[in-house]
Amino acid sequence: MSALSYRTKAIGFVGLAAIGLTALPALAQGAVSPNYRWLTFAVFAAIIGMTMYVTFLAAKRVKTAADFYTAGGGVSGLQNGWAIAGDYLSAASFLGIAGLISQFGYDGFMYSVGWLVAYITVLLVIAEPCRNIGKYTLADILAYRNDPKKTRIVGALSVITVSTFYLTAQMVGGGVLVKTLIGIDYEISVITVGVLMLAYVLFGGMVATTWVQIIKAVLLVIASIVLVILVWAPYGFSLPAFLTDVIGDPKVQTRVAGLLGDAAKNMSPEELGQRFLEPGLLFKAPIDQISLGMALVFGTAGLPHILMRFFTVPTAQEARKSVIWAMAIIGGFYVLTLFLGFGAARLVGPAVIAGVDPGGNMAAPLLAQYLGGGADSMLGNFMLAFVAAVAFATIVAVVAGLVLAAASAMAHDLYVGVIREGHVTPQEQVRAARIATVVVGAMAITIGIAAKGQNVAHLVALAFAVAASANFPCVLLTLYWRKCNTGGIVAGMIVGTLLAVGLVLVSPNMTYPAAVRDAAQKVLAADGAKRAGAQAAVDSGDAAQVAAGQKTLAALDRAAAKAKADIERVKGETTSMVGLQAPLIGLKNPGLISIPLGFLAVIIGSLLYRDKRADEMWDELYARQNTGILASKAAAH
Amino acid sequence: MASTSIQWSGIVADPRFQTLHRKKQSFLAGLMIFSVAYYFLLPIGAAYFPALFNVKVWGPINVGLLFALSQFVVAWGIAFYYSKRANKEFDAMARELVAEFEKKAKV
Repeated sequence: MSALSYRTKAIGFVGLAAIGLTALPALAQGAVSPNYRWLTFAVFAAIIGMTMYVTFLAAKRVKTAADFYTAGGGVSGLQNGWAIAGDYLSAASFLGIAGLISQFGYDGFMYSVGWLVAYITVLLVIAEPCRNIGKYTLADILAYRNDPKKTRIVGALSVITVSTFYLTAQMVGGGVLVKTLIGIDYEISVITVGVLMLAYVLFGGMVATTWVQIIKAVLLVIASIVLVILVWAPYGFSLPAFLTDVIGDPKVQTRVAGLLGDAAKNMSPEELGQRFLEPGLLFKAPIDQISLGMALVFGTAGLPHILMRFFTVPTAQEARKSVIWAMAIIGGFYVLTLFLGFGAARLVGPAVIAGVDPGGNMAAPLLAQYLGGGADSMLGNFMLAFVAAVAFATIVAVVAGLVLAAASAMAHDLYVGVIREGHVTPQEQVRAARIATVVVGAMAITIGIAAKGQNVAHLVALAFAVAASANFPCVLLTLYWRKCNTGGIVAGMIVGTLLAVGLVLVSPNMTYPAAVRDAAQKVLAADGAKRAGAQAAVDSGDAAQVAAGQKTLAALDRAAAKAKADIERVKGETTSMVGLQAPLIGLKNPGLISIPLGFLAVIIGSLLYRDKRADEMWDELYARQNTGILASKAAAH
Repeated sequence: MASTSIQWSGIVADPRFQTLHRKKQSFLAGLMIFSVAYYFLLPIGAAYFPALFNVKVWGPINVGLLFALSQFVVAWGIAFYYSKRANKEFDAMARELVAEFEKKAKV
């Protein structure tokens, strides 16, 4: 039985939910016009109401640690597939990729491919063995045949590291996003997300988290399908006709010309349009692309909140089924994104989208508004409201999964496994899980507020890099390599994590004051000549030239203001956070170096260390991971 | 743990387990290598073979766009192929072993 009575739970749950909702009406300016903001809240309240009801039902079922961490292993493959999609399709991929396609065309679409291919690794080598031998956490798998204490400590620390990076990116990115969309203050939106998430996880555990993720994924897919039908139907669902129209649009051609700069001088409008469907507008360094691809393809299989989802299904067959469903949903969604991105470029225009949010995140919401009839129409605002509410629900759902993963590492691995050495009563286990949830939730809110204004875009890539360089080699080798042992796991976790983080700290992702200053000064130095040219055009009297000249002048003003602000920002600083004048490596993502070295660390660590238990337990682990023998019994206790 | 009564070394030494292990191992390794190689052809092709990627084949649709779309089809194909073989072949082989050894251990 749970330590909390059902009644206290219900009261606490309603209380938390109320705090979350009353925080909402503190408003500023956002993409949703103030007249229609109530629509966003109505849609959002409906979604919250639905998920709260599910949580309310789930709270009755959460009695043991197994219920809390893994929904008692009672989730079906189909449900889990939707939940994985809901867990994985964060705002970054749902709004971010549509935005990248609307701004950079082909390269944005190419970027989405790695996020799907990653699931092949999950399907082939990770999902089923993990279901067969794991219980609640990633460290359970590592502790199976290795020294339980040592591997639980390094495993839990790595899980907490990865989850914290990911969580910070979600909280900060989500706060900014909600502000841009609805105009809610940053702090308020961080607190709302945090408190709502706590209400779901604390009272409903994995059952509620699963349903929040399923509901969010279903809404996301419905919204995308509706938008794509509206975008594509006018072309009779012909792909060439649709793309021909997209690249024939002057807004798109102007964007390409702007990206290419001087190289675009001798290109015809048709050539500029076609260029939108060709690679190279966003990604200039192929080695970065390959490095990021490696982090995605191997990192997803090491993400703790994704791994945890496989403990919620009863058998390896259901785990397999859930990856197949997840791949169908996630892949299908990215194909839909192709239409959302290109549709937004054609109908709304890359410049307008970037004007609302420089990262392009507003492509899908603005497209929804346009398709519904524009900024002044009821339907347009309803559709924008719907997409905005789904975005908010997305952040809550992803954050809930992350908090559950970090809390399980803290409570199940560190407290129950290491400190208490497994000697705890079932009540104490559930209480530990709930306390850890509150701790992680409070941490998420604090970090979210403290990191306001920070550039967190690279934190998701960093989370994937750590997962790929530390978690993935350790899990893979303990499952498949007889000689792998405690020494290898400890070495691999430490080397993989430190390398991934360390390489990012000396990479071009950091701010280098000298470089910022140089770039800003270059802009200011070139300003005079460009301004004279534009002024000449304005003075020429020719209507078209005057308009173009004024546009250039406005752009020059903006660039100069930004350059001055940059110089002011790095005033008095000469080195980056870790004391460097310039990056030590050119790679933006460390995967290319840190993943092979992570594997090497596991191998060398294992060969240097003597561990009788790891060798003796190999037959048991290998027989279980391959056959699933006793798996159903394991779920029962 | 309830697992102590099972003869683990007996399962691993069983010729049927060895066959399962061998078949699965080579099948998984092959699929894994193929899928990773196929995926990395995309960034490599986009960076080093733009002339090929930019060849138009169907209206404005070029080789690069079709290749990117083919990544989805190939990923789904691999998933489908794997699950078909696992459902039909590997599961049956594992079930037979599980039934026999769980019975022997009386769990």
